[in-house]
This record gives sequence, C-alpha cells and structure tokens, in this order.
Amino acid sequence: MGQLTIILARVLQAVPTIFGIVVVTFLLTRALPGDPAAYFAGASATPESIAEIRVKLGLDQSLPLQFVAYLQDLATGNLGQSISTGQPVATELLRRLPASLELTLFALLLSVAVAIPLGVLAAVKQDTWIDQVCRFIVTAGVSLPTFFTGLLLVYVFYFLLGIAPAPLGRLDMLHIAPPQVTGFLVLDGLIAREWATAWSAFKQLLLPGITLALFTLAPLARMTRAAMLQALASEYLRTARAAGLSSTRVLMVYAFRNAMLPIITTLGMVFSFTLGANVLVEKVFAWPGIGSFAIEALVVSDYAAVQGFVLSMAVLFVLLNLVIDTVYTLIDPRVRIEG
Amino acid sequence: MTDATLTSQLTAGSRPSAFARNLAHFRYVMTSNPVTFLAFVLCAGMILVALFGPMLVPHDPLATLSDKALKPPSWDHWFGTDQLGRDVFSRVVVATRLDLLISVSAVAISFVCGAAMGACAGYWGGWFDKLSGRFLDTIMAFPLFVLAMGIVAAAGNTIQNIVIATAIINLPFYARVARAEVSIRRNAGYVQAARLSGNSELRILMFKILPNTLPPMMVQLSLNMGWAILNAAGLSFIGLGVRPPTAEWGIMVAEGANYIISGEWWLALFPGAALMLAVFTFNLLGDGLRDLVDPQRRT
Amino acid sequence: MNRRELLKSAGALTAGAALLPFLKTNAWAQSTGTIVVMIGNTINSLDIHRPGTNRPSYQVAVNVYDRLVTFGTKKLADGSLSYDYDKVEPELAESWSLSADRKAILFKIKPNATFWDGSPVTADDVKWSFDRALALGGFPKVQMGAGGFVDPEQFVVVDAKTFRIDLKQPSKLALPNLGVPVAVIINSKVAKANATAADPWAAEYLHRTPAGSGAFKVERWDAGQQLIYVRNDKWTGGPLPGVQRVIIREVPASATRRALIERGDAHLSFQIPNKDAQELALNKKVKVVGSPIDNCLYVACLNYNFEPFRDQKVRQAVAWAIPYEQIFKQAAYGRGVPMWGGKSAKPATAAWPQKFPYSTDLKKAKALLDQTKFKDGFEVPLSYDLGEADWGEPAALLIQESLGKIGIKVTLDKVPGANWRTVALVEKKLPFLLENFGGWLNTADYYFYWAYIKGNLFNASNYDDPVVKKLVDETLHMEKSNPAYEAKIKQMLQKAFDDVPRIPLWQPTLESAMSPKMQGYEFWFHRQVDARSYKIV
Repeated sequence: MGQLTIILARVLQAVPTIFGIVVVTFLLTRALPGDPAAYFAGASATPESIAEIRVKLGLDQSLPLQFVAYLQDLATGNLGQSISTGQPVATELLRRLPASLELTLFALLLSVAVAIPLGVLAAVKQDTWIDQVCRFIVTAGVSLPTFFTGLLLVYVFYFLLGIAPAPLGRLDMLHIAPPQVTGFLVLDGLIAREWATAWSAFKQLLLPGITLALFTLAPLARMTRAAMLQALASEYLRTARAAGLSSTRVLMVYAFRNAMLPIITTLGMVFSFTLGANVLVEKVFAWPGIGSFAIEALVVSDYAAVQGFVLSMAVLFVLLNLVIDTVYTLIDPRVRIEG
Repeated sequence: MTDATLTSQLTAGSRPSAFARNLAHFRYVMTSNPVTFLAFVLCAGMILVALFGPMLVPHDPLATLSDKALKPPSWDHWFGTDQLGRDVFSRVVVATRLDLLISVSAVAISFVCGAAMGACAGYWGGWFDKLSGRFLDTIMAFPLFVLAMGIVAAAGNTIQNIVIATAIINLPFYARVARAEVSIRRNAGYVQAARLSGNSELRILMFKILPNTLPPMMVQLSLNMGWAILNAAGLSFIGLGVRPPTAEWGIMVAEGANYIISGEWWLALFPGAALMLAVFTFNLLGDGLRDLVDPQRRT
Repeated sequence: MNRRELLKSAGALTAGAALLPFLKTNAWAQSTGTIVVMIGNTINSLDIHRPGTNRPSYQVAVNVYDRLVTFGTKKLADGSLSYDYDKVEPELAESWSLSADRKAILFKIKPNATFWDGSPVTADDVKWSFDRALALGGFPKVQMGAGGFVDPEQFVVVDAKTFRIDLKQPSKLALPNLGVPVAVIINSKVAKANATAADPWAAEYLHRTPAGSGAFKVERWDAGQQLIYVRNDKWTGGPLPGVQRVIIREVPASATRRALIERGDAHLSFQIPNKDAQELALNKKVKVVGSPIDNCLYVACLNYNFEPFRDQKVRQAVAWAIPYEQIFKQAAYGRGVPMWGGKSAKPATAAWPQKFPYSTDLKKAKALLDQTKFKDGFEVPLSYDLGEADWGEPAALLIQESLGKIGIKVTLDKVPGANWRTVALVEKKLPFLLENFGGWLNTADYYFYWAYIKGNLFNASNYDDPVVKKLVDETLHMEKSNPAYEAKIKQMLQKAFDDVPRIPLWQPTLESAMSPKMQGYEFWFHRQVDARSYKIV
C-alpha cells in the first residue's frame, strides 16, 4: 500500500514536468529556422503551392491555436504525422525505439561490467598507483567525442583488420529480423532459436556499444569509487570489521550494498545522457534508432517528429526515474519507512 | 560534514596565518598526488597557449595554400595541412583560446545562474522552490545533447548560442547541488547565530552559507568544462558548430573524422589529441580541486 | 490506436517479413542475382506525387513505375553510359505521332503492357495518373507545367489503348517531359479501390504501397534503413533487368560508405564526394564513374537586392576575382567540367553550358572595382547550404580569401537545410550565395527560364532583364531546329556573360564508386539510381 502511494505520488509529480516539456518542445520547434512548407513543397515550387502545403499542415494558424490543436491531438494519443517520412510519428518512434534502447542498454551493461569493478578496486586501493591507473583509464574514455571514437573503431576493426562486421545498422544483410517479441534483435533471435541471427545482431551491436560504453565509464566508475569510500569509512563497517567479519564479506555485502544507492542514481543520469549521445553514434553506425530520426527531423524542421521524439524521451526518462525510485525502496528499507 | 568542522573552518578564515595555511595545504595536495600536480601544470600550459599561442604560431591559421593541400606532417607543417592547405598545427594552437573561452564562459554562466537559483530555492523554499524545481525537471527530462541541438538549431549556430545552449543543459547540476547544500544549512547553528546577531537574510545566504556549498560544485565545474568542449564538438559533427573558417577543435575533429578512412589521419588526430588533453586535464583537475577545497581532507 | 495495438501491428509486420525466406539462402555479396547499392540520404516515400516526398525518393518512381516514354542510352567519351536526351524511346507507349499543327500528341499504348496485378495498362490509367500529378499540387504540378501540361482537359482518353495530349502551344519540351520521373503511370484501379472520400487520389495508400507496371516491385521498405526491389519478370517497358533483386541501403556517414565500398561489401556507392572519387579512381579494387550533369552548374549568385551588386562593374569585378583554378582543384578535386576562361567575350556557339569569358585576374578585378563608388570595398556575407558543404565550404573559403585581396570583406554563413530553401530561393534575400540548380530538361532556354527570370525559384539573384525575358519566352517552346533558335540563344548567353548575376564555378559531375564486377551503370538527368540497367558479371 505504502509503496503504491509513493509510486502514485511520483507519477503525479511528473505531470507538470511533462507539461513543461510539451510547452518547451512546442516553442522550440516553432523557433526553428526555415519554413517546413517551403521545404516540403520541393524543388521548383511556386508561392501558391507553398501556401497550399502550409494550409495542409495547419501552419497558417496562429501559434496559440496551433498549440491548442497540438494538445487536442496529444489528448487523443495522436502524436501527429511526420511530414518527412509520411508515417505517423508514434509508429515511427515505436519502430525505432527498440533499436536505440537495445544499443543504450547494451552499452550501459558493458559499462557497468567494467566501471563498477574498476571503481571498487580504486576505492579499496585508494591513492595507490592502481587508483591512479583506474582514474586515468576512465577519464581517457570520456575525453574523446563519441563520433570520433566510433569512426576510429570502425577504421581499425572493420577497415584495417576486418574483424568487425560492416557498420550497417542492426543486422548484416545475410539475416533478416526474427519475429518481434522484445524488439531487441539479440533477444528476439535467441527466443526464436535463430542462433546465427542473434550472433549477427550481437556482432553489429559490439562496436557502437563499446563506443558508447567508453563514454559512460567515467561517471559510473567515479561514483562507485566515491560511494565505496564513503561506505568503507562509515561507523558500521568499522564495527563489522571489528566484529571479525572477513574483509571480502565486509566489502561485498556491507560496503557495496550501501554504495549501491548513489550508483543507481548515477546510472539513471548516465542513461539519460547516453540516449543523447546516441544521436551521434547512430549516425556513424547507420543505426536505425530514434536519434538519427531526430537529427533528420530537426534538419528539415519536421515539427511533429521533433515534438514526438522529445516527448517520448521525456516520458521514458520519467518512467526510468520511477523505476529507480522503486528499486530504491527495495534496496533501502529506510525509504520505505519514510514513505 | 558536521557543523563543528564548518564553524572551525569559518573562524579559521579570520586568523592571520590563513594564507600561509592555504599555501601549505596546496603544496601538500600537489606533492601527495602527482596526477593532480600534472593536471595543474597542463592547465597552466593551456592557459599560456591560449594567451600567447596566436602570436607564436608559424603560419597564418586561415591562409590557404593550394599546392600544399592534405600533406602529412613534415618539418614545415608539424601536424600536416588540411584540405585547403592550411597549417593544422597553427590551427590547433590558435583554437585553444576559443575552446577555453567557450567552455569557461558556458560553465561560468551555468554556475552563476544555477548557484543563484538553487541557493534561493534552498534558502527560502516556497513557490520559487517549486517553480524552479519544475523548471529544472523539465530541462533534465530532455536528453541533454538533443536539447542543445534544438537550441542551436533554433537560435542559429553562432558561438554565443553554442555557449548559451551548453550553459542551459548544465544548469540543473549546479542548481540541484546548491539547493541541497543550502537547505541542509539553512537552520544550522551558526546560521541561527548569525541571524540573531542581526545579519540580513541575503547577507547570511551570500556570506555564511554559499561559500560552504562551493566544494561540491567545484568538482562539477571542471568536469563540465570538459563536457562543454565535447558538446561543441558534437554539434560540429552534425553541422551546427562554429562557422568556418574559425579554428575550433571540435569542428576540426568533426571534419577530420571524415578523412580517417581515406588515410589522412592527421586532420582528426591532432585536434582530437588537443581536445582529449583538455578534457582530460579538466577532469583530473576536478579531483584535484576537490582535494584542495574539501575540508574533510584537510588534516 | 493505443500503444499495445501499435506494438502488435508492428510485430505482425516484421513477422510477415520474416516469412519471406529469400535472404537466408542468398549470400548477396557473391550472388549475381542481387546487387547492393548504398545511398547517403533517406527515401521518405514511395509516391513521387505526394507533397513532402524528397529527392532521393524519386528513384522509386524510376525503378518501380513506367512512363509513356523514356530516353535512349549513349556512350560518353570516357566509355561510361549516359541517357540520351535527344533520343526519346518507347516505354509504355508503343508509338506516338504529332498532329499537323504540332498541338496534339497521340500515343498508342503497348497492347501487352500489364500492371503487376495482371490488369492491362489503359489510357484511363494514364489520364488518371496525369490528373493526379496536377491535382496533388506542389512539385509534380510545376514539373508537368514545364511540358505545357497545366489542365486535366488536355489529357484525353481516345480508347482503351489510345491516349492524346492536347497542347496549348507546340513545345519541344512536351515529349521529353513525359520521360521525367514525375510522369509515372499508376494502376488506377488499385489506387481507386484504396481511395477514400478524404483522400480521393489514394495518397495514403500509394505512399507505402506502389501500384505500377515497372521493372521492379518493392519487396520491402524499412524507412530510414533500406528498400528492396525485386524484379518484375513480366515487364514490358524495356529489356528485363540484369539482376533479380536490388537492395538500397541508407548509410548516412560518407566515411562509412567509403569504407564499405573499399572493402567490397557493397556493389555501388551512389553519389560520392568528389574527394573520394578522385582517390578511389586510383584504387584498382574500385571503379569510379563521373558523369557531367547535363544543364547543371555550380554558381556564385550575386543578389541585385544588395546594393553594390546592382552595379555591373562590381559583378564583373567579382567574376574576375574568383580563384577558379584553385576552387576546381580543392572544392571539386578536379572532377567536373571547367566553366571559366572562355576565349572570347562573345559566345561562339549556342552550346550550353559553355565557358564564361572570365578567369582569375585580380588586377582587372581591382581596376573594375575602382571605377565604381565601391572602390574602397564593402562587406558581404557569402552563404551556402549545409547539405552542400562538401564543395560549398572549400569554395566559399577560397572566394573569401581571394575577394579579400580586392577589398571585398566576405564573411561566411552556413545555412541549415530547412532554412536554405526559404531564405535562398523563396525569399531570395541572401546577398551572395553558392547555388547548384540543374534542369531536368536539357536545353539552355529551360535553364534560363528557371534561373534568369524574375520571380522564378532558382533566380536567387533577383535578376530582371526585359531582353532576357523576351528571349526566354520566345525560345522556351521553340524547336531547336528552328533557324532563329541558335541566334537567340547566343544573344541570351551574351547577356549572361555581360551581366553575370550568376558566376559559374564549374559544371559538376555525378560521381559513383562501384565494384569492378558491376556493369550497366548509367547516368540519368534525375541523378538517381536507375537499377534497370545494372548487371553483375
């Protein structure tokens, strides 16, 4: 009951945020330079044909009226139609979202698998050369623009060595997508028992995944180190050590468990900015995610598409925070009592 | 951090030996951590290059030489030449000033605005707190790079707009930290004392509380300087960066990246290395600064 | 539709696609039946008439639909293939004849021509398709208008297999204009069956589901990723394509495209940057074909709205100060046809495009500028399209440097795609810009009509001259064989030489890189992939 109320309260809290996002996105898209009507009227359009298209898109109306129309559409769950792809924005996003999520989650998984051990190691060996090396490695990862790392990896592993598959999206051309269950091709491939497809999807995922993971190592590893240091210095750990518990047990069970909270918070933030960084990586790897869709839409001032993209991102982010809060209540009993 | 350490730190400021003590602490931090020392040296070096670099470069960074396009590094052109025959070394050096300017001003704006906003929200609470909280939530709910992209696309790709966009996406970090730190201290013992002795609320906030919130923000500060440069580079990659022919690391890497496959590695590598070094320095500096200003580590 | 239903339908789509067992048995890279083509942009619709359909999507109209007529093929000097503007050939029409007053064209449709669903192609389909091009407005309407087709009344069904076009005036552009991508013939029965009251022209349906008679059918379209064509074995429009299947892959980063073609993982990289073309041409593993684009010029436009450029001497001074040679080397990488350094100030022939009588001569430029009231120089922003930055940026930088030497201070302004069309072509308010118009119909008068007539879209200079206007009006529909034609074109060129509202930099080429195993690559005026002639050996 208590937990449910907390979650409900969080959802209600998100409502004004989402409204704010709707307003900001609307204004931002209208401030974009260029006239979508002129753009979509195409080469050799006449002023009349541009005016025709403007009416068709509803852009001949005043801003407040456009906003009301937009809200009405939203209320009925209609995100509008992307003028550049001609598809409903919702369909487009749902088709592309799994690609971005698969990439982001895979990258985070990789990153967590490397960053947390590094962070713990750095904390345990605080101020020794190991600490410095860890710090050096993760900082180097975050110091290069993602598109640069991506192209470099393509150059070395695909172009020079020929180990990696061609950077051509989610599947190489030999395979076709397995029946959609999760939308994640690797998982879907496994579910459908099409091992070769799953393997191919995994290989495609590897380079963009590593590119993104390198970029997210630093915040995770740093936070792990800091949180571990704090946990290790706390009273109850000293007590636990004094009580003669083995040091591995102290480390893994007590210290790490307590360090998890800030790590999870950081993970949420990292997730958000990884989705942002996706935009660039998707371009390098021809990854058919929502990031590349957003760039395309932004360049041609495709209002509905940009709005839909940002809105879905925001909702995703709110959902993510909800999940994090829930995980919080599960890990940390104190939160539950407070609620 | 307890109130006791805070008060002792505050009173420490009034003692005559404060400067000497700070210097000693600085020396201690530098000598105990070679990486931090290195970061400070690199940072100083970068500032020197930014100040004097444009006077020292061997070639005009904007002059094109048609017969010398895309030449690999040589004695004449240490970092090679680009597609128009411009000297990459000169461009990398000259770009230092602009890049530092972008990152420092972006971070300074978000630091000042964010800290002010967060401090007011944390100190007085009420409707302002609620409003600013919602505002920050809204910014945070955007994927940050996409928001920056939108702002620059909407407002036009000038340096000024790139700075503003970067400042806006960094704002929540400072505002959040400032709010949290201030609201913890709002009713602390020493603040109550200051209030009783007749200080105005604004004065208390400015001089008693805010200085104590600086350490956690300092760390963020230098991290964000690195991000600001990367952000500008990313914008350049999708064509929304600074205008040519201005030399800027991000746009040089972004343009050079397309030449990697064709074998002209020097176009992206050298500005990339400069960019990496800068971000790297800022990141390491962040840790160093924390050691320097963190009262807990002063022993 | 709620989210769950959407998910379900999306799932069903992919599941349906998964049942097609084709690719599993076909290792495309080795097979001769499948060809993999990479393009840099996104195909956003399968219907060329729909408002908002972008240029890269025109290739669908080319490969999937037929027109009444098409163009022949010719071999260029370098051995590569090109369409032949002067040879109009049958596609769906078996034959055609001109009435005595040359104001009506009568078409006989091939008796065996059928759509994919087996139904015969009739004159009703032709009329419905042409009516549709006019009714949906926008670009298709404008392009139809170029041939003199402006009113549905002009399209007449004589009988099931006979179709007539009535022209308001005889025009040399009418017949060729039936061979452009816009003039596709759609299966009107299928389209009408899927039309609604709100959407009488089935724009929603045809946007995703083509209904034609063309050489290829669309087997699969993953918007933003790939488009797969499969051969229509019953095609009657021409010789059967040499490949069974064509995979069009969208690869946005040009560096990635280059890596793929060099590694041999794709057969054709369509439209590559000039720099890649220059370098790959030296690479034995890849074949590069560069075809000069007919009736297209990369130009620097001087806007008459900008005060200094109203002075002819200032415009000529700029034309003398452009570093043509250097631009050609560093922006075009030597791939293209030079358009500067013409020997005589008078056009010797009526050939188009031809060299303008300017070259780089800073002394002359300065002398001309000194005769004007702008002798102390002025400041002007030079704009170029972000989407064309690969040549626009180096060219702009070089122009900036060179004009600086005669005292004209140039600042650079890179305009993002959506904005470009508005400010450069619709509002025409950029003082100085780089522009790249090319006409589909290959005649000088057609180019002049779009680029030198006040108010027309590509006249970004706001050039307005009564003499040129009169000449264009006279020549636009005049047959080339008319004895008066050549003299008038020369007169027109002379004005362009003297007034230079548009300074040609060079005639661009369409560059593509392909595997040596690929044959039949042909250049088309529409600058899109026409896979019907492609073969793998």
